[in-house]
Amino acid sequence: MDVIPVQIASRGFGSTTRRDYWWAAPLAVFVGLTLFIVYATWAAFQNAHYTYGPYLSPFYAPELWGDSPHAWFGPKPAWIPAGIPFSPALLILPFPGLFRVTCYYYRGAYYKSFWADPPGCAVGEPRSSYWGERSFPLVVQNVHRYFMWIAVIFLFLLSWDVWLALWFRDEATGATRFGIGLGTIVLAVNVVLLSCYTLGCHVMRHIVGGAHDEVSTRPVCDRAYACSSSLNYRHQLFAWLSLCSVAFADIYVRLCSMGIWTDLRIL
Amino acid sequence: MIGEATFKIWRTHPGGDGTFQTFHTTVSEGMVVLDVVHRIQAEQAPDLAVRWNCKAGKCGSCSAEINGNPRLMCMTRLDDLNLWEPVTVEPMRAFPSVKDLVTDVSWNFRVKKEITKFTPRTPDAPDGTWRMAQRDADRVQEFRKCIECFLCQDVCHVLRDHGKHDEFIGPRFFVYTANLEMNPLDTADRVPDLKERYGIGYCNITKCCTKVCPEHIHITDNAIIPLKERVVTRYYDPVSRLLRVFR
Repeated sequence: MDVIPVQIASRGFGSTTRRDYWWAAPLAVFVGLTLFIVYATWAAFQNAHYTYGPYLSPFYAPELWGDSPHAWFGPKPAWIPAGIPFSPALLILPFPGLFRVTCYYYRGAYYKSFWADPPGCAVGEPRSSYWGERSFPLVVQNVHRYFMWIAVIFLFLLSWDVWLALWFRDEATGATRFGIGLGTIVLAVNVVLLSCYTLGCHVMRHIVGGAHDEVSTRPVCDRAYACSSSLNYRHQLFAWLSLCSVAFADIYVRLCSMGIWTDLRIL
Repeated sequence: MIGEATFKIWRTHPGGDGTFQTFHTTVSEGMVVLDVVHRIQAEQAPDLAVRWNCKAGKCGSCSAEINGNPRLMCMTRLDDLNLWEPVTVEPMRAFPSVKDLVTDVSWNFRVKKEITKFTPRTPDAPDGTWRMAQRDADRVQEFRKCIECFLCQDVCHVLRDHGKHDEFIGPRFFVYTANLEMNPLDTADRVPDLKERYGIGYCNITKCCTKVCPEHIHITDNAIIPLKERVVTRYYDPVSRLLRVFR
C-alpha cells in the first residue's frame, strides 16, 4: 500500500481544530505562577513585617541573620557588603524556589504556559527547533533530587517554627505560656500541605522504593513507596495548595504585624 | 435525540493533499462518532476510508482527531459533542496519511521491534516457574492495559510538531519499556538505551499523552518519570555514581 505523506493543516503557532477552551488552563497557570513570583519577590525584599509574636513568615524561615528574635545568628553580619540588598528571605528562598522550578509537575506546567512548548495539547508551537531536556540548559533540571532533600530539611525547620508558634509571651509578666492562635493553625496547615507536596514528589517516590523492581521484598521501602505514591496521585493539587498556603501564611503574618489583621487567640 | 448534524470529515485527494468535506446526516440517541462515519460511508460517500475493528474501545483501530482532540471514534459519544456546530473528524497528524481517516502507523511497529525484549531470570522453582509478589505485578499490570491506539504518540508534540521519529520512541513505547524494565522477573538493562536511543530526555512532561489515553494509564507519572529517574540515577547523579563505585 502506497503511503501518501500529507500536510494535514498549518502547524503554525496556535493552529488547532480544537473547539474547547484549551488556552484556559495554561493561562490560569501563567497568571497563578506570575502572581506568586511577583508577590514572593516583593515580600522577600521587604525585610520587614515578617514576624508577629511567635509567628515567623515561611518566606523568612529559617531566619539565619536578621533583626527579629527568631534570628539564629543575630543581626546582619558585617561581611555582607552594605551595597547589596539584604533580607533573610533572600538567603533561603532560592532553595524551595528551585525545588519547585525543577519539580516535574511545574516543569510541564510552565513549559506550556510560559514557553508555549506546546501551548496546549494538539496545538501548534511557535518554534520549529526543539532540544527538550536532553541537552543544556534543560538537562540541568535533573538536579531536582538534590533540591528535594533540601526541601525535606525545610519541612523540619518549618515544623519547628510551628512548635515555637505555640508559645506566646505575656507582655505584662514576660512569661511564656502555651497557646494556639489562628496564626499557629495557618503555619501548621502550611507545613502539612508542604509535606504532602514534598513527600509525594516523583523523586521521593523513586528514591523510597520506585527504583526497585521488587519493592515488596523491602518492607520499609514498600510502605514508604505506597505512601508516597498515594500523595503523588494528587501531586498537582498539593503543588498548588502548598503554593497558596505558603503565600497566605506570609500575608497573614505580614498583615498581623502591620496591625491590619488581629490574630485570633483560640487558647 | 434524533436530529440532523453536520460533520466535516477529512478527505484526501489523489495528489496527496486534502480538505474537509461537509456531510449533513441524521443522528440518533446512543450514537458514537464511528456510527456517524459508517452512516456517511453507507449513504453518501462509499469511498470514505476509515479503519475500525471492535467498536468497543479495545482494538485501538479507530483513532482520529475529533474536534481537534485525539480520541477513539468508537468511544466518542455524540452526547459529549456540541452538535449545533459542525463536528470535525480528521486523521492522526503525527503519522502519514494513507487515505481519508486512515494513517500509516507502521513506524510504531518498527520501533517496537528495536526495544530489548523481555529477559527473565532463571526460574525460581524446579518446575520452571517464577514467584513474584502481587504488589510488584500490579505495578506493571497497568501498562499492559495499552491497546496501541497510538493516540499518545499522536498528541506528543515531540513527534507531532517536531517530527523526532528517528530519535524519540514516544509515550507508547516508554510504557512498553516500563512494563519490561520494572518487571520483577526481567534482567535486561534498558537504561542506556532510554537515554541514547529512545530519547527519553526529549519528553518535557506536558502530560498530553496521559490526558488522551482511553485506557487511563498514568503514562507520565507511572512510566515516563520513573524511567527518567532511573536515567538520572545512572547518568546525572554524581552521588549515586560514587555509591556504585563502593558497592
